[in-house]
Amino acid sequence: MAKKVLVFAEARDNELRNVSFEAIGAGKEIAAGGEVIAAIAGENVSSLTDQLFHYGADRVIKVEDEKLKNYTSDGYGQAFLQIVESIDPDAILLPHTSMGKDLAPRLASKLDAGLISDATGIELDGETVVFTRPIYSGKAFEKKKVKEGIVIATIRPNNIAALEIDESRSGEVFEESVEIKDLRTIVKEVVRKSTSGVDLSEAKVIVAGGRGVKSEEGFEPLQELADLLGAAVGASRGACDADYCDYSLQIGQTGKVVTPDLYIACGISGAIQHLAGMSNSKVIVAINKDPEASIFNVADYGIVGDLFEVVPLLTQEFKKVLQTS
Amino acid sequence: MNIYVIMKRTFDTEEKIVIENGKISEEGVEFIINPYDEYAIEEAIQLRDDHGGEVTVVSIGDEEVEKELRTALAMGADKAVLINNEDLDDSDQYTTTALLAAYFEDKEYDIILGGNVSNDNSTGQIGPRLAEKLGIAYVTTITKLDIDGTTATMERDVEGDMEVVEAQLPLLVTAQQGLNEPRYPSLPGIMKAKKKPLEEIDYDDLDVDEDEIEAKTETVEVYLPPKKEAGKVLEGEIGDQVEELVKLLRQEAKVI
Repeated sequence: MAKKVLVFAEARDNELRNVSFEAIGAGKEIAAGGEVIAAIAGENVSSLTDQLFHYGADRVIKVEDEKLKNYTSDGYGQAFLQIVESIDPDAILLPHTSMGKDLAPRLASKLDAGLISDATGIELDGETVVFTRPIYSGKAFEKKKVKEGIVIATIRPNNIAALEIDESRSGEVFEESVEIKDLRTIVKEVVRKSTSGVDLSEAKVIVAGGRGVKSEEGFEPLQELADLLGAAVGASRGACDADYCDYSLQIGQTGKVVTPDLYIACGISGAIQHLAGMSNSKVIVAINKDPEASIFNVADYGIVGDLFEVVPLLTQEFKKVLQTS
Repeated sequence: MNIYVIMKRTFDTEEKIVIENGKISEEGVEFIINPYDEYAIEEAIQLRDDHGGEVTVVSIGDEEVEKELRTALAMGADKAVLINNEDLDDSDQYTTTALLAAYFEDKEYDIILGGNVSNDNSTGQIGPRLAEKLGIAYVTTITKLDIDGTTATMERDVEGDMEVVEAQLPLLVTAQQGLNEPRYPSLPGIMKAKKKPLEEIDYDDLDVDEDEIEAKTETVEVYLPPKKEAGKVLEGEIGDQVEELVKLLRQEAKVI
């Protein structure tokens, strides 16, 4: 039976995050020929609505209010709840990002509904949607469903394919007018710490450094490789603790959980806490001086060697082949 | 100040996962206080030391959880409460929230702290779900907390960026790594903990209707990720290895 699926899209620095498109893709699958409605909230989001259609939304709802400039659970909660009430969807999808993690449980609680957090896969079993999600830091997986009523889930970035972009797709944008009031939390200041333009949690390629990077300057060859590949730079907790880089780069159990297509670990020993954040990456390359380092146990390809020798050579080699192809 | 912490007992982070009869085996497993909840307990103790009042740590589970609750008392919490749900077969985040909400119904609290996520199920739902049920504001993934009168000022981690957020008590917050360095229980702390009150409540003594707290979700299957084949460690001159690696990434793995 065709279903009505509501997807809450997320923008960052006035650009839609890729996971929003992936959530629309997931919504299409769940809708099974029904309607996917994408909703977007913010201070000024009108320039973003076209893209939601290009990635497959059948209808778009926007809420604009200066009180929605920064995400707050009260502000966005009010906006999204009103949309949920007016749409009355069969399923709601949100990105499993800071925003989604903060907001989805509140919506679920308000609606007395089940919520599947951090889904990495979706399949349909007749009428029932079955989600796959990692548990115990990716050491195991579970398949989970909502027993009855509205289905709510958050979608982990980089795991569910977005539809191919089709710029000919368009549709009608509805404006929902919401009276945002009684904000109990006030965002006083936002301090941007993430440096590179590539969003770590959504990057297709990540070049990560550990203690073996030895200093802040030691990250430079990694950054050069990353720039060439359009990759994001990440780090192990060891590198962050040693002050070689900011904690915003940390990948692991504490820090970000990432699943890029390619993860290049440079001078990372592979402590279990780090593996928890990256072991589900599609392809892992390990570069480490120590042949016994446990990172080699999860790596698809390994080079035993000094990262300061290997990484610049790798950059050179990629430059060569990428130019000729 | 009335300070509450919601705590979960979890597998030690280093534990290997074994599946038996379609379930995750607890045989021989070391248990710990969920690491993020440890930050919450430490912060609660510091708040009490600065502002006065009392720290109560609340957990849901079977009698085994008493061990972790004693640890929390040994760290410096004043009281512990175990909501025993051993006889409840069907439980998920909705159920847990309903039990906690029923527990807090007749309590007076200025702040409730918890971890932002557990290291087992990792849903991160309980904090926001509970705040919504109690009708109080919440702030997740905090790395700093200052309270002045009834105003709380917090720094929170937003995927690596930092937000400064202000809110009024009563408030629920969830802890992120970096909030503090949790203390180890001292020997005198451990001795004192033995005499501190640890109350056990059976879940059906709470004002809940069994049908209404039934889980909304169901786990269909639990499985281990497919064993990864041993990777290829390249050999030869470094230059040749690099050349081969790039070729493999392009032609075999097809990721570049």
